[in-house]
Amino acid sequence: MKRWQSRISPFLTAVLLLAAWHAAVVWTHTRIFPGPVQVLAGLKDLAGRDLLAGYVRDSLLRVSAGYLAAVALGLPLGLMLGGSPTAAAALNPPIQIMRPISPLAWIPLAIIWFGVGSGAAVFLIFLASVFPIIVATIDAVRSIPPVFRNAGQNFGLPSAMLLRKVIFPAALPQILVGLRIALGIAWLVVVAAEMIAVDSGLGYLIIDSRNAGQRYDLVVAGMLLIGIVGVILDSIMRRIETLKSVRWGFCND
Amino acid sequence: MSNQAVQARTTALETRLRVANLNVTFGEGEKAVNVLQNITLEVGAGEFVCLLGPSGCGKSTLLNVLGGFLKPDSGEVVIDGKPVLGPDPRRIFVFQERGVFPWMTVEGNIGFGLFRLTKEEQARRIFYYVNLVGLSGFEKAYPHELSGGMKQRVEVARALAVNPDVLFLDEPFGALDSITRLIMRRELLRIWQKERKTVLFVTHDIDESIQLADRVLVMSTRPATIQRVVDIDIDHPRDISSRHYLDLRDQIFEQIGLAHKV
Ligand SMILES: Nc1ncnc2c1ncn2[C@@H]1O[C@H](COP(=O)(O)OP(=O)(O)O)[C@@H](O)[C@H]1O
Ligand SMILES: [Mg+2]
Repeated sequence: MKRWQSRISPFLTAVLLLAAWHAAVVWTHTRIFPGPVQVLAGLKDLAGRDLLAGYVRDSLLRVSAGYLAAVALGLPLGLMLGGSPTAAAALNPPIQIMRPISPLAWIPLAIIWFGVGSGAAVFLIFLASVFPIIVATIDAVRSIPPVFRNAGQNFGLPSAMLLRKVIFPAALPQILVGLRIALGIAWLVVVAAEMIAVDSGLGYLIIDSRNAGQRYDLVVAGMLLIGIVGVILDSIMRRIETLKSVRWGFCND
Repeated sequence: MSNQAVQARTTALETRLRVANLNVTFGEGEKAVNVLQNITLEVGAGEFVCLLGPSGCGKSTLLNVLGGFLKPDSGEVVIDGKPVLGPDPRRIFVFQERGVFPWMTVEGNIGFGLFRLTKEEQARRIFYYVNLVGLSGFEKAYPHELSGGMKQRVEVARALAVNPDVLFLDEPFGALDSITRLIMRRELLRIWQKERKTVLFVTHDIDESIQLADRVLVMSTRPATIQRVVDIDIDHPRDISSRHYLDLRDQIFEQIGLAHKV
């Protein structure tokens, strides 16, 4: 396919989908599902009431807090466990058992511990993203080709320097993949967390619009915003993967 | 030439590396594979020695033991009078191009082992070795932006920059095309003649060994023993069509048990 075609086709698809959506709503005369025009009006309404930016910001702040805490704990822990088979063997069972528990299952405990508020939401986001980060980091360290470690040792680096100059950068491309996936999960969870624990943010927008007056235009607007912000977050992470010091891990030449 | 001549020649040099009755076995019980058997060898200071043998015979295993990356089951490795207990910056191992750090620039790689030196000294050495291996202009390039031959030169420069006494090279040019390989051999010889490091060079390529080495240690198939030592008494640059070169080549071919015709 030519370059301009591949540039234009996503826009064409979007336009077609919007048109189909609009047409479907008009033809069926449905009252329970809003069309794109109503959703856009809803967004304008939100923006007019100065709520839109605030909701997006609050959701992003909660994700940032929970996710950064997960990185701060998960990354060093993963590096340590990846480098030490004995520590990994000891901590592996609890990690493996905690991992498949959905963060949503923690909601009752989170509310007891942190009350109804941002704390609980941040805690849930932290829980959701910390295990993928730990596991991805361990795997990344384990799959470093021995040749890099050997070369590092050969030059007599003290172990802290070996970690900083060889182990970490060698594992970084794979770690970044894990960080990107974990951020996706964190964003997925913020919405659920905001539905139960707080009174702002995109998750709250959705649940509140339904409860207070059946505003399905705002429900769908909230969904679209979540999708769009998610895509932006993901593309920022992908941008990091193109930095020269990690790009080697993503191409095969 | 006779083995006596070989002995005489090595004893003329100060012994740098001595290996006695080295044995390495991988696995245990039924599955045990005896890879190295009773390897005994000596290498003089400043000598260029090739370890030649078929793939899978245990050349890398031997070199890894010498480099301190692998403990032998029995036997000892002594370098400069001291037993080898682990890797050491005085003895640098050059892997195939895989050993270059892809997250560092050419400069970063070459300066990797220089962390104990002052910034000025680091910069001076990096400059010197970048030039020595003909990579000036590529200081800021990342390995994935370089050709295979250039990456290999980065790794050689990184090794040389720390001024080691011994270089271990494990089939360093194996992945290169035949023209680049020839150029790299010439470069390595030029650098060796200038710096006179002790070099242990592993290869499975008979011609490569005769072009480079002072002595070729011919290894047998597994369990590897040193089958024969061939002294390459030809001055550099070597005429690879000379009678003597071809004689030596024939000897090694015969030793390995290959006919001359394909
Ligand atoms: N870590 C290991 N564990 C088990 N077997 C090994 C290991 N390393 C090498 N071997 C075996 O030892 C033999 C010699 O390997 P190697 O030294 O790499 O040979 P070469 O470098 O001469 O091609 C091979 O048969 C290989 O399969
Ligand atoms: Mg090998």
